[in-house]
Amino acid sequence: MKFVLLWSDALFFLLVVTAIVGGLWARRIEHLRVSWRRVGQSRVAMAAATLLVAFVAVALLDSLHYRERLPGEGENYAVEVRSALDALLAGLRTRTEKTYSAPLATHSFAKETIEGEGRDFPRLKYGGAHLGDELGRHEMDIALRAVQGLALGLIAWLALWLAGAPLRRRATHLAWEAVFATLFALCLVSGVAAALAGGYHVLGTDKVGQDVLYLTLKSIRTGLLIGTLTTLIMLPAALFLGILAGYAGGWVDDVIQYLYTTLNSIPGVLLIAAAVLMMQVVIDTHPDWFATAAERADARLIALCAILGITSWTGLCRLLRGETLKLRELEYVQAARALGVSSLRILTRHILPNVMHIVMIAIVMDFSGLVLAEAVLSYVGIGVDPNTISFGTMINTARMELAREPMVWWSLASAFVFMFALVLAANLFADAVRDAFDPRGAR
Amino acid sequence: MLAYLIRRLLYALPILIGVNVITFALFFIVNTPDDMARMQLGVKRVTPEAIEKWKAERGYDLPLFWNERAEGAEKLTRTIFFTKSVRMFALDFGRADDGRDIAREIRMRMGPSLAIAVPVFVLGLFAAISFALLLVYFRASYLDFAGVVLCVAMMSVSSLFYIIGGQWLVAKVWHLVPISGYAGGLAAGKFIVLPVVISVFAGLGASARWYRTLFLEEAGKDYVRTARAKGLSERLVLFRHVLRNALIPILTGAVVLIPSLFMGSLLIEAFFGIPGLGSYTIDAINAQDFAVVRAMVFIGSALYIVGLLLTDISYTLADPRIRLQ
Amino acid sequence: MTLLSVRDLRVAIGAARPVDGVSFEIGAGETFALVGESGCGKSLTALALMRLLPEAARIAGGAVQLAGTDLFALPEARMREVRGGRIGMIFQEPATSLNPVMTVGSQIAEALRLHAGSADPRRIVELFAAVGIPDPERRADEYPFQMSGGMKQRVMIAMALAGEPELLIADEPTTALDVTIQAQVLDLLARLAKERGMAMLLITHDLGVVARMADRVGVMYAGELVEIAPRAAFFARPAHPYAQRLFAALPDTASRRTRLATIPGSVPNPAERHAGCRFVSRCAAALPVCGTVPPPWREPAPGHRVRCHLEAVAKIGAGGTAPTATAEQPPPPAEPLLETHALKVHFPIRRGVLQRAVGWVRAVDGVDLSIAAGRTLALVGESGCGKTTVGKAILGLQPVTSGTVKLLGRVREGLAPGEMQMVFQDPFGSLNPRLSIDAIVREGRPDADVPALLRQVGLAPEMAARYPHEFSGGQRQRIAIARALAVAPRLLICDEPTSALDVSVQAQILNLLLDLQERLGLAYLFITHNIAAVEFLAHEVAVMYLGRIVEQGTAEEVLENPRHPYTQALLAAVPKLTGTVGERLLVSGDPPSPAHPPSGCHFHPRCPRAAARCHAAYPATAVISATHWVRCYFPD
Ligand SMILES: Nc1ncnc2c1ncn2[C@@H]1O[C@H](COP(=O)(O)OP(=O)(O)OP(=O)(O)O)[C@@H](O)[C@H]1O
Ligand code: SF4
Ligand code: SF4
Ligand SMILES: [Mg+2]
Repeated sequence: MKFVLLWSDALFFLLVVTAIVGGLWARRIEHLRVSWRRVGQSRVAMAAATLLVAFVAVALLDSLHYRERLPGEGENYAVEVRSALDALLAGLRTRTEKTYSAPLATHSFAKETIEGEGRDFPRLKYGGAHLGDELGRHEMDIALRAVQGLALGLIAWLALWLAGAPLRRRATHLAWEAVFATLFALCLVSGVAAALAGGYHVLGTDKVGQDVLYLTLKSIRTGLLIGTLTTLIMLPAALFLGILAGYAGGWVDDVIQYLYTTLNSIPGVLLIAAAVLMMQVVIDTHPDWFATAAERADARLIALCAILGITSWTGLCRLLRGETLKLRELEYVQAARALGVSSLRILTRHILPNVMHIVMIAIVMDFSGLVLAEAVLSYVGIGVDPNTISFGTMINTARMELAREPMVWWSLASAFVFMFALVLAANLFADAVRDAFDPRGAR
Repeated sequence: MLAYLIRRLLYALPILIGVNVITFALFFIVNTPDDMARMQLGVKRVTPEAIEKWKAERGYDLPLFWNERAEGAEKLTRTIFFTKSVRMFALDFGRADDGRDIAREIRMRMGPSLAIAVPVFVLGLFAAISFALLLVYFRASYLDFAGVVLCVAMMSVSSLFYIIGGQWLVAKVWHLVPISGYAGGLAAGKFIVLPVVISVFAGLGASARWYRTLFLEEAGKDYVRTARAKGLSERLVLFRHVLRNALIPILTGAVVLIPSLFMGSLLIEAFFGIPGLGSYTIDAINAQDFAVVRAMVFIGSALYIVGLLLTDISYTLADPRIRLQ
Repeated sequence: MTLLSVRDLRVAIGAARPVDGVSFEIGAGETFALVGESGCGKSLTALALMRLLPEAARIAGGAVQLAGTDLFALPEARMREVRGGRIGMIFQEPATSLNPVMTVGSQIAEALRLHAGSADPRRIVELFAAVGIPDPERRADEYPFQMSGGMKQRVMIAMALAGEPELLIADEPTTALDVTIQAQVLDLLARLAKERGMAMLLITHDLGVVARMADRVGVMYAGELVEIAPRAAFFARPAHPYAQRLFAALPDTASRRTRLATIPGSVPNPAERHAGCRFVSRCAAALPVCGTVPPPWREPAPGHRVRCHLEAVAKIGAGGTAPTATAEQPPPPAEPLLETHALKVHFPIRRGVLQRAVGWVRAVDGVDLSIAAGRTLALVGESGCGKTTVGKAILGLQPVTSGTVKLLGRVREGLAPGEMQMVFQDPFGSLNPRLSIDAIVREGRPDADVPALLRQVGLAPEMAARYPHEFSGGQRQRIAIARALAVAPRLLICDEPTSALDVSVQAQILNLLLDLQERLGLAYLFITHNIAAVEFLAHEVAVMYLGRIVEQGTAEEVLENPRHPYTQALLAAVPKLTGTVGERLLVSGDPPSPAHPPSGCHFHPRCPRAAARCHAAYPATAVISATHWVRCYFPD
């Protein structure tokens, strides 16, 4: 086995580490602690955060990549790059059927000519295979497994609840009841899903027989990456240029304003389309740059984040410029100037800390929009690599299925549910963060 | 005021030039025409002759900025930059890969795009403002709360699902209107209804919530208290004072989008098979037709800049504080 | 006859009770003034009467009768007839209280339609004329942004009058206005009340305004009324310890450069619960019972009621820190510490396609000042006259257009942080909320001795670890002073350091400034529009009008013997505690814009003494004495 650190993995880990370090650091800064505590006191925010953490955990597992060693002599490794999540879900990944099958089905969705029996719905290779010929037990078996799953989930939840006791005692002001209520629901649902997944395709299979649950779980990483890396990539430029324009004024301000007005004038989708096309040319004409298909897809993912970043920094930059303009005239900045404090020190002591709430709000507010954008762009064909599993590519392949008779609804439905949960949680969390950090809302 | 508008107009020019330069850089500096040819012809088995032929057919065989071999002014004009970028200012976009004239195609496709985009714009604005007003009228009540929750939920659904769900529901379950397609003239009506309704619905959550915030901010101002102290009813306060003030930023903010309506909507047109500019762009992207994408980027930007100008004008018309100064 | 009777009014905001059991009566045609410091619940009381409380607040109890009508029992539709019909209301901020996108005429028409049936344009003109708006036909078509603050407040009054109300509630109607404009508006209100037999509930924090306007006075403290009295009795013998201390805390000529009596501490938080008297923590006369039993109402004289445990309400004395005389003043040193010469700051007005400067706002237009070490020069003038800009230009925060600033005889280049510092007006904007007090005080000198500096400005050294939001306005101002003192400057430029503070806190800061001057030999450039503070602190006074100094001299000379008509008008416009409305020299009109100053003497359009030559050229300096000069053709 050989570990593979894709660029996006590295950036994603960096981001998570930064978030954790930043969180620890924020505990020592009075106003940040106060604001975050306000977020923590909101039930909705804590429930949403719990859900988001669960999503992040899946994405983290999906970011530990490796290549398997091939049997035989020498240092030969498989070309496929797998992740810890793949290993964990190996059962789901490998048990592919021939084609569509409905959730929890034992038979294929389409009729086929079966030797000796004429046209009929063939049995699935894996779905319900353990039942053997006792097809009458199908429903009973599902119910039993569901109950087992519920019990499993309950036990897991109880364990979490006990493990969380010291936390609850230490930070009594936080809305723990919302956290554990969400965890309760999460544990039960995953318990049932896990129990059923042992013998069935919980969310059915797609056209080429892949397990839809597996695909959906894999999509999470893509969505999260786009939502976070994009902001991470654009943040330095927006912060630097916005504050510079506001503080320096004069021709510097004019140039920066011209820059973002010009970029902003190009309709976002078209700029992205053009840039993605061009990037695709670069990637395609240099196949030698990438050792594996995963690396190539990864390069396209990161490039997409960069492009989205370039098209989306202008808004934040404008906000920061405006705020800096306001702060520059404030009396404490004037007082600092009168005391002979250098510009650099004024920027770092007085301006930067007082615009951070805007940055914070922008990060969380942009996230959900970016997750939604990924789906649309991938759908249109200017998003992630078609081989990367994402909500957009899932919807793209599933879209014509609604037209079938009877309809194949499960792929779309699961993409819908997972995306909705992710985006809704992000939106609710963002609202709470904005309310807590926006000084206007604070009073 | 006139001087102000002239100044804005003069400011728009360098922006348009900037957009042009950015597009040029994106299409010809990031990748050379050779790269594009190789990509189009298939990376593996491609001969230098095929590349040259591909370039010559599309006029990419010229130097980028400076043509040594040409005479006089042609040293500048017989270049890629001039023929492909500068000529766009004269609305000369050249030919698409399938040989058709892009400018003509655009003229033909504008109609269907507008037929969808204009009703969406008008109805969407109206629906969002009305919904927001309703919430503000019942502010701090359960209705308001439920409305905000609904807005957030609606915002959290991808527009893809609105389209897919709407298409399926209306066209397949209820068999009301055709699922996609288009016809000219009055017959367009039945093809337009569904995409318009879906677009309006898909945008409602986000805009209504945003407008509600604007209305609430306005409703907290001092002059609203004055209006109440006069004895005006809550309804009159809302419609005569709050609405009028809040509409200035809302409407002028919407004006910037008006010229861009020509561009149509990529998603809606692609899904519903509307032969507008949106689907034209999508097809070009999928076919990797660089000339068309380049033209659309330029037109889109130019229309947006026109929108900025219109915003300035509408501000001066709508707000007496600017009009009279 | 009682017009309005308020019984036990209570207002709740969450758990807090910002108004807690207020009862008073207003007779028909009577002007009742409600005084109190910021946050004591004056405005909420007024809004509760109108049932116009902000969303977070609600009426928690009490009853209001307007000539027999129970206002709290009326359905909302009937209450709307009362609002603007029987009770008119005007607010503090004329700038934001009018709808910016409707013409003022149509805003008044709206009120007329509601309460007079129809909006007859002639009525609008009549109303405008009644409130003294010149050229009423034309002005009705103007938008609020085209009018000055004083004019807007007149429009507000006209709007309130449209329904012919029996009662007018005026919530700090002149606080946002300049003194000369304030005098005009107060005169107008008094005249209208008399002509129309209209009762008035006047809310203010300014005892001078009370003396000028009120028939009866109610003093509020922390959500309660503590004293109600006829005006004369109140000003002759304030009964409540709080009221007495308020009077003692007011600076005036008599208290010149002596310690003002102060009220220690600050107003309690409205969320606090009180067992006994709310003033007990700040009261010098407090008895043991005061902390536990709410004080009863007593009536030392007919109609004069006070809420206090003290039996001997007659004369309690001004309190603990009584005025103490300071050491005699040192003679002015010969060499000036700071001198400005022909200082000019002009801001370009950019117009047209190319944004060329088509004109200049002459914010500061040739100012000569000199301040000696250890002395206070007060720079007095109305808003927009250029005071702040002078201060910033001297400091180097504002690039000057021309002229020089000399420190100890040497021309100052760039900033001089070790020599001059500035204290700003807004105690909330002048401290970075993200920094601890320690970091703030160290701003200019990282090795500053923070505990010593905090002690010097009267704060406990333990406060260094806390953050600005935990401090009151007065404490913040002390922190700002400590930050300036850290670099040991010789000159402190104080830009309205007390105008955002309550009277009792203002006295503390003025005392502190006086102390520091005597102990450290600081010089002050004291920028203000508050004449009383000038009387208290200044050695020299310079009066500024539209970018220029029009009169300068020692404090005695300028304040007691003003020679410029503007100075005279300014001083006359300040409401006096005696309430005497003697021979008032009221200037009419608004201050002109510094972008288009009038020809000749800038003051001529408003000057009662103006003659032909005043229009032609700016008057030269007329010397009155070695230290006193004015720029006027007729300086007497
Ligand atoms: N940066 C600026 N640009 C243009 N005009 C300015 C600027 N700063 C001040 N002014 C103008 O200069 C004039 C003087 O302003 P300044 O702030 O000095 O007045 P002030 O006497 O301190 O008023 P206040 O009592 O309201 O504080 C005003 O008309 C103001 O509008
Ligand atoms: S009741 Fe007591 S504490 Fe209150 S004012 Fe009177 S003497 Fe002072
Ligand atoms: S010069 Fe004339 S106008 Fe100016 S103040 Fe003196 S008398 Fe008045
Ligand atoms: Mg000022």
